[in-house]
Amino acid sequence: MKRKLLTVSLLMLSTAMLGISGATFADDDDDRKGGFLNRWFGGSKPGVAPVENPQYLEECGSCHFPYQPGLLPARSWTKVMATLDNHFGENAELPAEDAKMIKDYLLKNSADDSNYKRSVKIMKSLRTNDAPLRVSETPYFLKKHDELTPKMVLNNPKVGSFSNCSACHTQAAKGSFSEKEILIPNFGAWEDD
Amino acid sequence: MNIRLIGITALLFAVPFYTQASAISELEAEYQSQGSGPFSAAAGEALWAKEFADAKSGDKRSCLTCHTADLAKEGKHARTGKVIEPMAPSANPQRLTEVKKIKKWFVRNCKWTLGRECTAQEKGDLLAFLKAL
Repeated sequence: MKRKLLTVSLLMLSTAMLGISGATFADDDDDRKGGFLNRWFGGSKPGVAPVENPQYLEECGSCHFPYQPGLLPARSWTKVMATLDNHFGENAELPAEDAKMIKDYLLKNSADDSNYKRSVKIMKSLRTNDAPLRVSETPYFLKKHDELTPKMVLNNPKVGSFSNCSACHTQAAKGSFSEKEILIPNFGAWEDD
Repeated sequence: MNIRLIGITALLFAVPFYTQASAISELEAEYQSQGSGPFSAAAGEALWAKEFADAKSGDKRSCLTCHTADLAKEGKHARTGKVIEPMAPSANPQRLTEVKKIKKWFVRNCKWTLGRECTAQEKGDLLAFLKAL
């Protein structure tokens, strides 16, 4: 009887260990499932929180991909919103009340305290006072895109820039950047081998 | 056919035209109160196509850079490549219906294209040109 109990506990323990190691070593990059440790250390929810603010979509999304607030820390968004008159070389000024609304939304939903996986990873890749103006300048982003060639992005007429998330990440607008959803125009699916 | 139904349908069709007319007349009155007018569609058309050199890059810019030559068709953001809905109200009834939106884009796009804000006269002329499209 005692022996049987010991066997069962051992079996349960080893199963649990397997589960942990699976989550630890498999860099699966699948935004739809979160491993055991991922949930503890990498954010419990997959991807990044989707944008659900119509005014943000309108004001920011009419010119470019509406980057989710969870892609940058609040200190970055503060800088972005302070320089709308020269927004990466463009004028993106807003009436004061709209600018305030957008800024409040960005700060409230920034990556800092997010429990979405991508936000957590971006935050972890930054030093305490780093305030990059572009998502594509964050160490996490750079690491994730370091295998791409100029032909695939910069010189690809259908992509053109790393700022054009949805050109390749087919579900980017929903806040999902899973590898399985990547489709690079003229190149096809991304196979990380 | 029920006459009331015809009436309602006609009213619904008229709504975009009414809001467009009211947004434009509101802005025209504002520009006039700033001492400008009368407004000329021909002057607006000329300004729309006029090229300005960007102070920093020296690049030539005009409204056509992004909106392209055919305003009944989609344009393309020069920097990001994002599609810009047709500018002509005949092709896109949402155009010129919202005062706030018109003001916002005049600020942004005059500064980008001309390197300064447009004057009341210029804005009135541009509206006179665009509303007739």
